[in-house]
Amino acid sequence: MEHATTLDHTEDVYEPSLTPDSLGKLGMWIFLVGDTMSFGALLAAYAALRAGAGVVGWVPPDEILGINLTAGMTFLLICSSVTMVKALESIQNGNVSRMCLFLGLTIAGGLIFLGLQAYEWTHLIKHGLTLTGIPEHGLKSETISGSTLFGPTFYAITGFHGLHVTGGVIYLIVILIHGLRGRYTAEFNHEVEIVGLYWHFVDLIWIMVFTFIYLL
Amino acid sequence: MAQDGHTEHPKYMNIFWWLLGLTVAEVLVVIPDLPIAIKAILLIGMACSKAALVAIYFMHLKFERKTLSAIVITPFLICVFLVIMLMPDLTLDARLDGIVKPATEVVDTSSH
Repeated sequence: MEHATTLDHTEDVYEPSLTPDSLGKLGMWIFLVGDTMSFGALLAAYAALRAGAGVVGWVPPDEILGINLTAGMTFLLICSSVTMVKALESIQNGNVSRMCLFLGLTIAGGLIFLGLQAYEWTHLIKHGLTLTGIPEHGLKSETISGSTLFGPTFYAITGFHGLHVTGGVIYLIVILIHGLRGRYTAEFNHEVEIVGLYWHFVDLIWIMVFTFIYLL
Repeated sequence: MAQDGHTEHPKYMNIFWWLLGLTVAEVLVVIPDLPIAIKAILLIGMACSKAALVAIYFMHLKFERKTLSAIVITPFLICVFLVIMLMPDLTLDARLDGIVKPATEVVDTSSH
């Protein structure tokens, strides 16, 4: 009796050992926490440079960037997050074909997002927003004295996010191939959950980038 | 890591509608000529709400151990701390303008 009490007490005090499933998830969370710091540092640097430049030294982003297009891109990433959770839900219910369908839709969402970002960058570069300069014509504001730092910060932050989306699409394609080969079941699906964590993180970061770079 | 090996799923479409509604509200906030401080508070508030919805429901933080939530919140707090620590640099020019006296006010004592 006393022995049983001791065992119960031990279970209360100590965390259970990490299993292969939870180890992978914990590893992804640790990576995401580190990545959050990277994006946090980039956004903090952007905020510092912008605030330091004052009103006349910074280009009003809404005069250069297309908010409607990026609002559409935000909608697209939110949709792809929903298809990602639906893929996980499907495999947890044992429905492999449905999981593959939703993974395919998530990949399509990521690819369209990248295509739109490439279109946006091409458009901006053609209009003069480069790493060293801002467009000379077409700005409504007369108070701008010219900030050459807007271009580098914009391309660094959105480019870093775009790289994450690219990595996420490749990661999702690998998981889809495994899924099509029948690797995942209702009992074995933690790899789908882990890729989902990464993909939702990419969505979460875009939510912050959209607000700080495009809207504010 | 999940507290009870969760198999229940939140209503994802409800979360989707919330995220969509907040995104539309964000775009609408930008249109009128509001003071920048009010815009910033509203936009950052809505962005944080959206990020929290994604983390809690899509990333299943709600179903994980509280320890993991604490680990995840930490970098966000550090980022806020980072911005606060940068504040003195942001206002450096304005403060220097107030401290450095214009050259015309300097008294010439060389003749004494």
